[in-house]
Amino acid sequence: MAGSKRKKKRNLFSPIYLTLVLLILYLPILMVVVYSFNAGRTISAWQGFSTNWYTRLFSNGLMKDALVNSLVLAGLSAALSGGIGTLGAIGISRSHFKFKGAVESLATLPMMIPELVLGMAYLALFTGVGVKLGMGALVLTHTTFCVPYVFINVKSRLVGMDPAIEEAARDLGAKPLRVLFDITLPLIMPAVISGMMLAAAMSLDDVVISFFVTSAETTTLPLKIYTGLRSGGTPEINALSTLMLAAIFIFVGLSQLIKAKSDKMTSPR
Amino acid sequence: MEEILLSIRNITKNFGEGNVLSGVSLDVRRGEFVTLLGASGCGKTTTLRIVSGLETPDEGEVILDGRDVTALAPEDRPVNTVFQSYALFPHMNVEKNVAYGLKVRGEDKKVIAARVKDMLELVQMSDYAKRMPAQLSGGQRQRIAIARALAPQPKLLLLDEPLGALDLQLRRQMQIELKRLQKKLGITFIYITHDQEEAINMSDRIAVMRGGRFEQLGTPEEIYDRPKTRYVAQFIGRSTILEGTVRCVGNETAVIENANGWFSVSAKDALLKTGQKAEVCVRTERMRASRTPLDVFGLPATVREVRYAGGSVEIFAAMKDGTEAVATSDQPLASAPKAGETVYLHWTIGQAAVIGGASYDA
Repeated sequence: MAGSKRKKKRNLFSPIYLTLVLLILYLPILMVVVYSFNAGRTISAWQGFSTNWYTRLFSNGLMKDALVNSLVLAGLSAALSGGIGTLGAIGISRSHFKFKGAVESLATLPMMIPELVLGMAYLALFTGVGVKLGMGALVLTHTTFCVPYVFINVKSRLVGMDPAIEEAARDLGAKPLRVLFDITLPLIMPAVISGMMLAAAMSLDDVVISFFVTSAETTTLPLKIYTGLRSGGTPEINALSTLMLAAIFIFVGLSQLIKAKSDKMTSPR
Repeated sequence: MEEILLSIRNITKNFGEGNVLSGVSLDVRRGEFVTLLGASGCGKTTTLRIVSGLETPDEGEVILDGRDVTALAPEDRPVNTVFQSYALFPHMNVEKNVAYGLKVRGEDKKVIAARVKDMLELVQMSDYAKRMPAQLSGGQRQRIAIARALAPQPKLLLLDEPLGALDLQLRRQMQIELKRLQKKLGITFIYITHDQEEAINMSDRIAVMRGGRFEQLGTPEEIYDRPKTRYVAQFIGRSTILEGTVRCVGNETAVIENANGWFSVSAKDALLKTGQKAEVCVRTERMRASRTPLDVFGLPATVREVRYAGGSVEIFAAMKDGTEAVATSDQPLASAPKAGETVYLHWTIGQAAVIGGASYDA
């Protein structure tokens, strides 16, 4: 039958297309992962399976320092941006003023500004004001570019929330501050956490901005990868990249999971 | 104890795009069931929110139990609301939802537990105490919303289209239950709906709202039988509205004439004068159509369509100038007038209402 044939063709197109796109997207990443288990030194020829590079990676003291730095940095900037972004989102969604739209755009703009520009700007500012480059500067800058992720996440959550829920709490006798702690915060917490997960992921893989504001003594994992590649690149770097990839996947995955779970709870059947 | 529990006086509210409310006044008696009825955008929800304190009026005052509460925050008013969307707290189970109003008031734990138990029993939801709102059906959420609003023992319960999201059958059942609950507890209800049938079935008094004003305030019977304005006549129930000039006024009846013929209404307390223009509202179920003319009516019309309406037959007929009238007939469909036939419209004289002039006598 002509009809069924046509139907079959259409059914074949979309899976092939999808596979192709995903392949192009993930093949290079997959290569990094695969070659991190390569027994040989080259990053282009397969010479057998080995976890050698991971062992070497973990015994490298400098790498350990970089890892600790990265984790501390990601943790601190996620926590700080979590607080700032949440307060901002609640404040903005409650108020009605003339330039509200402009303020909202300004709050999310750092996501769009080229990192190179941001990095230079921070460097200029910090040297101008006299802030010591290093961990402190890193936390400040990472917090700044992480805030929008929390802000957007929490704000969209607040927008989707039935305003009558908070009104009901006041109607039942709760003062505004009590409503915030009893109702608003518990309801937006999943968005806060998922925003912070994204923020941590962003902080964890930032090279450009960190490059400008870090000091010679403080290095992070992505910076380590970057400098490692410049000096020729080893499978050790592949191993490190793979680990970072896993970390990012976990953070983003958790963020999505929390979001999906909470949406299920609040949206009516 | 004062007879009037709530009194709102000359409330005006403007959200920046014209008046939502322009001078609304209402006195609600203790234990009364008052319904605000109107199409969407008529200001009924705003009125309710001003009573609850979620909105502040631009002008006017709200007096609750003899105390001016106009400037009081919603949490400080002994008034609770059942929201249209139910607005249950999605992260708390049924029990915690119902307990919330008592908890924020700092009641003793034992008192709260006992009261929650009573409330859940009252709305027949005792078996669902540990469920989360997302696990309940629409009707069940509705019951919890009512229990939660009643738990702090408010002086006044406000209900904003509480049955709007339920299907027809459940809505009918909940109407009866709500009314029973209100009588049993003796709590004053202010109820919002756009469903005129619901308003008539449940209320002690109805305020028909339109464009931020009360079009008419009265008992369901008054609203239905003696509409003060054409809007009320058309909004509530189904009816045919006839316009004409008063030809003569007798002791019992007044005769009104228009391009289509003439008809009679009761002259009692109608204050009709000869030569005056009048609008008359005849309810569809009271309009009759006979094949032969009757002595005090001369309103011929041509039948357009005859419909079986379950138990009775509805006759759609057009008068000379094309105005359509709907009449009801108790005859079986087979013997009712057919399309194309000429019928004469009539009614029991006392059952037609002169709009604004009230000529109905029971």
